[in-house]
Amino acid sequence: MDWKTDAAGTATAAISLRGVVKRYGPIVAVNGLDLEVPPGICFGLLGPNGAGKSTTMRMLTAQALADEGTIRVLGYELPRESKQSRLEMGVVPQLDNLDVELTCRQILTVFARLYRVPRAERTLAVERALQLANLLPRADTIVRELSGGMRRRLLVGRGLIHKPRLVLLDEPTVGLDPQVRQELWSLIDGLRASGVTVLMSTHYIEEAERLADVVAVMSQGKIVAQGTPPELVLAHAGEQVLEVYGPPAQLAEASEIVARNGWQSRRSGPALAIMRAETLDGEAPQGVRRPANLEDAFVALTGEEIE
Amino acid sequence: MSAHAQAPETVGGARRVGRLEPAALAGVMSRDVVIFKRYWKATTFSSVVQPTIYLLAFGLGFGTLLKQIDHVKTIEYIATGTVATAVLFSSAFPGMFNTFIRWQFQRTYDAMLAAPVDVEELITAEVLWISLRAGVYGLAPLLVGIAFGLEPDPGMLLVPFIGFLTGFGFAAFGVVIAAVAKTIDNFNYVTSAVLTPMFLVAGTFFPISTLPAGLRTIAQINPLYHCVQLVRDASLGALGTADLGHAAVLLGFAVVMWRIAIWQLGKRLID
Ligand SMILES: Nc1ncnc2c1ncn2[C@@H]1O[C@H](COP(=O)(O)OP(=O)(O)OP(=O)(O)O)[C@@H](O)[C@H]1O
Ligand SMILES: [Mg+2]
Repeated sequence: MDWKTDAAGTATAAISLRGVVKRYGPIVAVNGLDLEVPPGICFGLLGPNGAGKSTTMRMLTAQALADEGTIRVLGYELPRESKQSRLEMGVVPQLDNLDVELTCRQILTVFARLYRVPRAERTLAVERALQLANLLPRADTIVRELSGGMRRRLLVGRGLIHKPRLVLLDEPTVGLDPQVRQELWSLIDGLRASGVTVLMSTHYIEEAERLADVVAVMSQGKIVAQGTPPELVLAHAGEQVLEVYGPPAQLAEASEIVARNGWQSRRSGPALAIMRAETLDGEAPQGVRRPANLEDAFVALTGEEIE
Repeated sequence: MSAHAQAPETVGGARRVGRLEPAALAGVMSRDVVIFKRYWKATTFSSVVQPTIYLLAFGLGFGTLLKQIDHVKTIEYIATGTVATAVLFSSAFPGMFNTFIRWQFQRTYDAMLAAPVDVEELITAEVLWISLRAGVYGLAPLLVGIAFGLEPDPGMLLVPFIGFLTGFGFAAFGVVIAAVAKTIDNFNYVTSAVLTPMFLVAGTFFPISTLPAGLRTIAQINPLYHCVQLVRDASLGALGTADLGHAAVLLGFAVVMWRIAIWQLGKRLID
């Protein structure tokens, strides 16, 4: 679970947060967050609703200011040098903030300027972003007339217009159909392969499992566990899970056995899933064994079910 | 979506960004230009029709009763007064509405602030754009007036600059209102309780010397009054030392409103 030792000394972190606290009135959105993202990896931030993922992302662009702690992005100290770090990173927000009155090409041109793409390269950068977003045929369509998935893709293209070396993706595939999601996944894979650091928040376990080199599970404003997906699974759900199916009475009986033995379990749809099945002794109820997965670990860690 | 490899090196890598960068201002304003290109016909239409109506109404109304207002020909008085109202409305309203809509409804400002643009640049660019437009459109009433027999004067060439300076202050004032108004409906309070009296009690259509002393004092701290005086003196070839004072008031108003706008909207954009 120790990527830190691998990366230590080789390069400074792309993102580093130490003891970060962010409050909104009585709500503590981020509560003593420590996070270190080494350069060149895809880092997944997995957490239930309200865990503080978006708030963390907003602090990385200095659009929210931390009440406590220190934040460094690409070696720049925030919020003081945030403008410099924003020049070198791209952002895809969770909430669509595209200019509905503009066409795809117009939006991308405005952002190419905002990101200081030199005049001579601007047209090319816009074409490249349109191609990346698969929106070349809709380049001159006004955003209001695009579908939800197209808008999402345009957001991604907008965030990549200046070839950033760090990309923040806040739930990038929400609302996309499976095919477009696959395409976006290969895009993210391509980014990482070319050395871009990616910080991605997500609700989708599968997405984190497929893309992230390192996953941090966030709950109630802090990181509760971190590691590669297999490490997290092994540490928090074991090798195997025993799924017990049956009528409610039988499940209740199984729950009792689990409680008596101090085993870890969760309800998984109609079944009761018992973690670390490989360690269970003879008293274990009848059931189906399957390999443990990241979802089991996530639920074990956060106590929350996920879609 | 095609998984084209991205070059890891950045476009801007070594570039250092500073404060109030022209490139950032130009980027924000380029969006305004795109929008303007779409709506310029409607904007131009209303900025020509409105002074025409004022000139017709006041000119035909008062004009038959009065040949002169405050020792100035009625048409001269009304045309120059209309310049000031045109500048006021074409700056305060966009300052209020555009800011509120782009900030709260379209979230455009949120998107821009994730790019290397800060609040100071964003607001400065928006206010700058509105005031440039207000300066240019402030000329419309004079052109309409000329069509109605107003005599052209070289001093009129100063009017866009006066309109720009006044517009800057009122656009920034609009931004402040947008920042503090909880909802867009609250703009009605400002329009009826601040802007309407402001535009009437400024020597626009009748001299402030006809007002009771208390109102006259209020008129004198009204920036629009100083705009009217400056426009009138410039257009009628009557510039004097008093006009330096008028210009100074407009400049002070612009600077103060600009800083308040950045402060007030800034603390709401960055939470
Ligand atoms: N501007 C704000 N004002 C008040 N409270 C806020 C604000 N932004 C976030 N919060 C609160 O902070 C907490 C964390 O929210 P955040 O959006 O960071 O969660 P998240 O992990 O991104 O959740 P989701 O998966 O639903 O997007 C929530 O309780 C939220 O209500
Ligand atoms: Mg979120």
